[in-house]
Parts: sequence; C-alpha cells; structure tokens
Amino acid sequence: MKTYTNPVYEYRRPPELDGTVRHRGVVIVGAGPVGLAAAIDLAQRGMPVLVLDDDDTVSVGSRAICYAKRTLEILDRLGCGEPVAQKGVSWNVGKVFHGDCLAYQFDLLPEPGHHRPAFVNLQQYYFEEYLVQRAQTLDAAEIRWKHRVVDVSRDEQGVTLRVATPDGDYALSCDWLIVCDGARSPVRRLLGLDTEGQVFRDRFLIADIHMTSDFPTERWFWFDPPFHRNQSVLLHRQADDVWRVDFQLGWDADPEEEKKPANILPRLHAMLGADAVFEIEWASVYTFQCRRMQKFHHGRVVFAGDAAHLVSPFGARGANSGVQDVDNLVWKLDLVVRGLAPESLLDTYDEERIAAADENILHSTRATDFITPKSVVSRTFRDAALSLARHHGFARKLVNSGRLSVPTVLLDSRLNTPTPDHVTFSGAMVPGAPAADAPVFGPRGGWLLDHLGGTFNLLVFGDAVPAAAARILAQDPIACSTIQVGGVAQDGRNVIQDRDGRLATRYDAQPNTCYLLRPDQHVCARWREFDPVAVRGAVARATGHTADTSIAGNAERTAPCMY
Amino acid sequence: MHVLNTELNLAAPDDFYAALLDMHRDLNETQSALVNAKLLLLLANHIGDDAVLRAAMAAARMDVAPQPDIKPC
Repeated sequence: MKTYTNPVYEYRRPPELDGTVRHRGVVIVGAGPVGLAAAIDLAQRGMPVLVLDDDDTVSVGSRAICYAKRTLEILDRLGCGEPVAQKGVSWNVGKVFHGDCLAYQFDLLPEPGHHRPAFVNLQQYYFEEYLVQRAQTLDAAEIRWKHRVVDVSRDEQGVTLRVATPDGDYALSCDWLIVCDGARSPVRRLLGLDTEGQVFRDRFLIADIHMTSDFPTERWFWFDPPFHRNQSVLLHRQADDVWRVDFQLGWDADPEEEKKPANILPRLHAMLGADAVFEIEWASVYTFQCRRMQKFHHGRVVFAGDAAHLVSPFGARGANSGVQDVDNLVWKLDLVVRGLAPESLLDTYDEERIAAADENILHSTRATDFITPKSVVSRTFRDAALSLARHHGFARKLVNSGRLSVPTVLLDSRLNTPTPDHVTFSGAMVPGAPAADAPVFGPRGGWLLDHLGGTFNLLVFGDAVPAAAARILAQDPIACSTIQVGGVAQDGRNVIQDRDGRLATRYDAQPNTCYLLRPDQHVCARWREFDPVAVRGAVARATGHTADTSIAGNAERTAPCMY
Repeated sequence: MHVLNTELNLAAPDDFYAALLDMHRDLNETQSALVNAKLLLLLANHIGDDAVLRAAMAAARMDVAPQPDIKPC
C-alpha cells in the first residue's frame, strides 16, 4: 500500500517454553479492535491481562472504517480517543442517488455541545495501531504476537489453552478467557460452539483507492447507478486521501476474477471518470451474514465482537458494537474477579449485549433486504420508496442504505433501578441509556464524560449530597464517585459547572436531581432527591446483588454514618 | 385506537375506480407495479395508524394462498 506500512510487532519467545509457567487471571484471544479495547480497559483497572494474537501486525488492508460517536467516547475513557478522532475524517452529509438522480441527502450534524462527532472514518489499521500504542503504555497489559491458540479446554474453574509459536507449543491456564478472534473465531470452533442466522446471497467488492480528488467528504450511496446498473455502490472517504468504494456484485460474481485489478479498474473508471487518477491500495470480495451465538457467556469463556455476532457492513455496526461489548463486559468481569460481584453478573453481559446484537442484526438485515431485494415485489417497493424520496420527506425514512450505528439503550436490563411512576422525568436519559455528553467547566476537562472515569458515578445537580455521604460512597467496596454540578467545591469533591445549560437540559435536571451512572457510563437509576440508601441499593442492583443483600457485607454497617 | 373502516367510505366509488385505472394508462406491467407501490406508500403514510395498516394488510392477504415458486429478483 502506498499510504500505509504495516508495523511489525516483535515476537518474543515465551518464558513457558523455558519452563517458567504462570497461571493467568484473564487471557484475551485476538488483538483486533475488540480484544485491544478489552485489554486496555482491564489493564487500566489494574487487572493483569495477557493478549494472544496469531499475527504480528495490525489489520492488513482496511476493513472497518466508520467509528461512531459512542465508540470514540469509549476510546476516550480508554485513553486513546484523541488519535482516532484526530486522524479520522469526520463527516455529516450523506447523499443517496437513485439511477441518474440525487434522491435526497441527509445531515447527521449532531446538535451542538458534544465533544465527538457522529462518525469518523478511519482505516482499521490505524485504529488498531493507536490501541496497541495505548496498551503498550500499560504495565498490566501484555500482548504476545505470533501466538496462536490451537487447543482449548475448559471447566468450571477456568480454561487451559495450547498455544503455538514459531518456537513451539506451550500450555497456558487462566481463570477467564475473552474470545475476540473475529468472524471465523478459531477458538469458537475449537470449543464446538456455533452461530445461528442467515447468510445473504450477494457479493460485494471493496476497493480502497488512493485518490486526490475534490469529491466532498460525504457518504455517497447509489442505487442502480448508470455506471453499475442494477446494483448498489458506496463511496466513503478515509484518512490520507484513501477512499472506500463498495460495489454490489450479485451472487453469481466470481470472487477471484472480481478481485483482479484488470477487472476492478474498468468499474472504477466508469464511476470516477475515464481520466480519474487513482491507485488501488487494497481490494477484497466479501459475502456477509447476520448471525450470532446463542449465548456469549459460556462459564469462564466469554465471546465478544465478531466472534459472537456478525452483521452486514451497512450501518457500521460491526466494530462499533464489538467495542460496546467489551465496554459492557470489562467492568463486570473486573468486579467478579475481585470478588465484589457474583459470577451471575456476567449473565447480564449476555442479556444486554444479546439484546444489542439482535437490534444490530435486525437493522442490518433490513438494510440488506432493501439493498438486495429478494423478490420482484421487494424491488418494486424499494424503487417506489426511492422514487418518492425525491419529492416527499416521509419516503426518505423508508429508504434504507444502512441505519447508522447508535448505542443500544439497555431499557430492559435488570441492572436498572426503575423510577417510581410518580417521579417524572423527560428527555432521553432513561435508565439504560448511555450518558449524553455536554459541555462543562471542570477539573478534568471541558466535557461531562471527561469526569466519569470507569467507576460508578453519582451525578448530582446542586449540593444535595453532604460531603460525608459522598466520602462514604467513594469508600464503599464498589466505589461510587459523586460529581456535583454547580455550586462550590467542598471537600475536594469533583465539582463541574454546566457551561451553557445543555447539561441540565439533556438530563432534565432540577435542583437535587441525581443520576447513577454505571462504569460503562450507562444510566442505571435516577431520582429527584438524594437518598443514600437508594443509591446503595441501586449500586447493589447494578452489580448483580439482590436488593436485600449488601455489597460484601459492608453497606448495612456503614449506612447510618451517611446522615 | 382506530379500526380499519371497511364500510363504504368513498363518495363516488365508480369515479374512484375509473381514476385508479386511469392512473395506469399507457404504463407497462412493471411501471404499473411501481405506481401501485408508490400509491400504497403514500396512502400508508397518510393513514399513519399502525393498527389500521396492519389490519388492512391482513384483510388484503385474506383468501390469497402462499405459493412455493417465489421468483428471485
């Protein structure tokens, strides 16, 4: 590739081959976006983690290219959002063409007052490279390159792996295994576990081309364009003047033939003009599937990302949902490993992320049905919607070239503490929603999310939480930090100021309104008054404890001190 | 919630029927199918009520048996 040289990460002979065998707490298989995010999150929590990857570099060629706002926010928490946001190309305008005409355009331009844009486009290899760089700064994270898992066995206590290296095989035992080894997931196969779902009978050619062009930085999607009749085409800009072109080919296309530059070039010239100057960086022909494992959590083995679920690329729901998987998993696993939460807390990873996977599969399947109509009537309705979209706003909502990834609201999670019916709130910050960002003045930066970190947080509007109560909540076994909005800092507490009123608006705040945010920044409870017993009860509930059991026996004993 | 009105609601049923056929004048089968689909989407959006739309879909489907030989596009 002209614009990118894959780094080569050094393989090191593992000490196990020379007789030093050490049992591990958590092992992650796969140093892709999902495995790396999990490793960084665990290591940031001080949890030692070993990552095994069968290669010694990042993604060869770009695969995932669109990273959603929520992913950037998670990366901010992981200390590597900035390079991705800086290098990435942000875009807001999408255009949808039908035949020779522009059917309509849309603008994702988010409301003002968010740190991160709706999306950035960035080649997957950069994304992984920045995560590797971040992981390398964390002493608790070790990545072993050229280490391939060739056998797995598990029981109730843990997992034993057989790992192949250039110098030979060794055995490795661990308490927990997080499997992030991608769509084909060798570990999933070794364990004899399967995914269920649908294969789509269609093929797509992806070509990443290097081209200096005055095309605007917009997502362009064509249905049935004159240069590629009866099929769809997508054009998207990435960093370094690299453009992603995605041609629908149909099921009968020959993948080996289509991959040849001699066959790609005429397609590109038909699209970009006979005199367009570009170079092909990378090309691939793919089919896709929408399927998932029945369960992601199998005792001491937990699956995340493409290893657990697969979607079509339309909507950017692959890597984005994988990063959200581990955002959901890691704090739970951390508490379980530390003995602060029952192992059954991990069942809620399954429940919450299976609900998310099903949502993603549903959207992705519907987009696919729109893009690749499976019957004459389905094609007719598609063309009808596209034709109406040119003149009528309502029809634009029927056109589906991919419903772009938004974070899942964990509405039905049993970790949420329901708000009593007589307590009224408006706005989007319902229990289960990821915390909306807002501009603030505060000690840790100009945004609300800068102040959340990776613990439970009690966001309180005004000074309703006495200093002593805040201190005790912070000293609980499962610590909850209080973030006070407005008023004067007392007792070294985090106090932030609502920069322009947006924070209060987004959280429908009144004086004394409190929000309990989980370590993955999802709202899990909210109140109009501060009640320390209710806060502790909600933390207990959000960590898999039943309402009437205390956290590590500590809550009952210290509760009276809070007043 | 509204229910699907299947009582006569057209002031001039014959005129409507003629206008419907008129709409298809000079169109081939594919074009007619497209125009029908556009009409359906416009009307569905106008009605808006999901329960009414689903009741209409069920009523439309009544007496029409599934066929095994569905043609791919």
